[in-house]
Amino acid sequence: MTSILTNLFDGVAYGMLLFVLACGLAVTLGLMNFVNLAHGAFAMAGGYVCMVLVNRMGWPFFAALPLAFISSAAIGIVLERTLYRHLYARSHLDQVLFTIGLTFMSVAAVDYIQGSSRVFINLPAALQGQFDVFGVGIGRYRLMIIVICGLLTIALQMVLAKTRFGSRLRAAVDDPRAASGLGINVPQVFAFTFAFGCGLAGLGGALSAEILGLDPYFPLKFMIYFLIVVTVGGSSSITGPFLASLLLGIGDVAGKYYVPKMGPFVIYTMMILILIWRPNGLFGRTAAR
Amino acid sequence: MFEGKQLSHKAAWAAAVAAIVSLAAIVPAKAEDSVKVGLILPMTGGQASTGKQIENAIKLYMQQKGDTVAGKKIEIILKDDAAIPDKTKTAAQELIVNDKVHFIAGFGVTPAALAAAPLATQAKIPEVVMAAGTSIITERSPYIVRTSFTLAQSSTIIADWAVKNGIKKVATLTSDYAPGNDALNFFKQNFTAGGGEVVEEVKTPLANPDFAPFLQRMKDAKPDAIFVFVPAGQGGNFMKQYAERGLDKAGIKVIGPGDVTDDDLLNNMGDAVLGTVTAHLYSAAHPSQMNKDFVAAYKKAFGNRPGFMAVSGYDGIHLIYEALKKTNGDTDGTKLVEAMKGQKWESPRGPISIDPETRDIVQNIYIRKVEKVDGELYNVEFATFEAVKDLGKTKK
Repeated sequence: MTSILTNLFDGVAYGMLLFVLACGLAVTLGLMNFVNLAHGAFAMAGGYVCMVLVNRMGWPFFAALPLAFISSAAIGIVLERTLYRHLYARSHLDQVLFTIGLTFMSVAAVDYIQGSSRVFINLPAALQGQFDVFGVGIGRYRLMIIVICGLLTIALQMVLAKTRFGSRLRAAVDDPRAASGLGINVPQVFAFTFAFGCGLAGLGGALSAEILGLDPYFPLKFMIYFLIVVTVGGSSSITGPFLASLLLGIGDVAGKYYVPKMGPFVIYTMMILILIWRPNGLFGRTAAR
Repeated sequence: MFEGKQLSHKAAWAAAVAAIVSLAAIVPAKAEDSVKVGLILPMTGGQASTGKQIENAIKLYMQQKGDTVAGKKIEIILKDDAAIPDKTKTAAQELIVNDKVHFIAGFGVTPAALAAAPLATQAKIPEVVMAAGTSIITERSPYIVRTSFTLAQSSTIIADWAVKNGIKKVATLTSDYAPGNDALNFFKQNFTAGGGEVVEEVKTPLANPDFAPFLQRMKDAKPDAIFVFVPAGQGGNFMKQYAERGLDKAGIKVIGPGDVTDDDLLNNMGDAVLGTVTAHLYSAAHPSQMNKDFVAAYKKAFGNRPGFMAVSGYDGIHLIYEALKKTNGDTDGTKLVEAMKGQKWESPRGPISIDPETRDIVQNIYIRKVEKVDGELYNVEFATFEAVKDLGKTKK
């Protein structure tokens, strides 16, 4: 019984992590209709920034996390202004080719600067280990992930649903022409959203170093997971990817625990079944725009 | 790597020009005064750290010993196969046909070493395996010689050690590919023969992001120890999650072949690895003077600690040098392989030799425990099994 709860806890933590990593992609793909396969590169950038700050410059871990967010967002905004902007109107194939190229460049660049070995971020002692709650093992680090990611999700949902910026964004997505006719600066809204998505990826990258491992091949290795989250969740809101991440996280952990022989296939089997049942994802709109 | 190839072309041109100039001058130089070694390594991709270590070690060796043996200049041509067997094969073909190399060497993973085997046989040139560790490799061509290790060597030794040291129930966690299966089978064979029991057996996918569920399963099985083999790069993640889940506090030890505590990554794994017992061929903390010099020179040149891959590369190029010395510069492949058989020398890892029958390495396997030495984590050797042959073959 207790191991069921421990697994559930691990699954939720893993799912939350997937969500923070992938939700930026859901935003660019679903809201801005741009296929950004380089999304993982921003996550990796955040992870490495955090690693350098903590390990080499002695920053406390919690101070480095916001910087992982900010630096990835900054890289995002620079690239958006200089490169991405020109590809919004191009075909999806062009976007794929461009972003996959960017991914390879990021892999080579990080390999060159930091070396190809896997890196770890030195964690404060308070985050290491596990404690028991009524016999259920709770990992401290994973608990922190759940708290941070949970708060972020609530904040994101509030911003999108309740604030002026949220309604501008939704308007810009639904009908960019009408929105700009109403005086909304659509490119600015998109640039900001893009940067924010990249920032979240960077934060996710920093958080995931401990659990998924961080090396220069991060963007290629985990691209498939990000894409699964977005396809299963559907890309019209952030609720979809959120639930999809949780489902996949819990499914993956439970699958590996109970049927270790089938472990690696569970996540793909779930994806196939869900997509047969709902081809546009759990919360997809019928026509992908 | 392409760059490497272009450079070597340049070097070849320079050598040709130099040869013509010297011809025109006094000494008539022979056409065949260089020996080419085609080095095929994963320089990109997930196994890149293996490739870098071997390349570094070879550079270091050539700096120390000079680049001329038996009157011939050694020329290294490096190609990157990213550990993909198709690319290994293409690279080996190009090296043999276009560059007319006298040796092929390197090979980061087993499939790569196997892909090049038929080419070595056809071209009758020695294939020096400096990393890949599955037993069958040297049986695939009479031209294959290995200076790294086999997983059978370390896995059987750690099994014997575990039996003798009161470990009765073991859960295994191994990566699901050829070396992982080798490690698992040889461990199980010796461990159960000695009266031990394997209570849980998990094979993890090679591209595995999160060990949590597997580790939870291990914890619930309540073994005395976990036998682990994961590719070098994943060792750190495994150890961190092992500690996070409190398996160390539950009294479950980690044992295994030394890949999980590779010197390359060991120092960054955190104190969770303290006390891990592994059997392996090399530790940067090996107490010989030769090793101290090797580690110091390597650190000075490349800024980090050499791992077992580096020492395998260092010995590989040494073997090539010694073979050439023995044939007196003759580059006939069959003669070179003959010259390599039975070679014995003192390596930074300890005394090693090439088994004349299997062309595989015979070496000491050390039992080590992770300890803190001068504030850094090291595998400290405390028991030695001398001159271990590859048990994967002798059983046949």
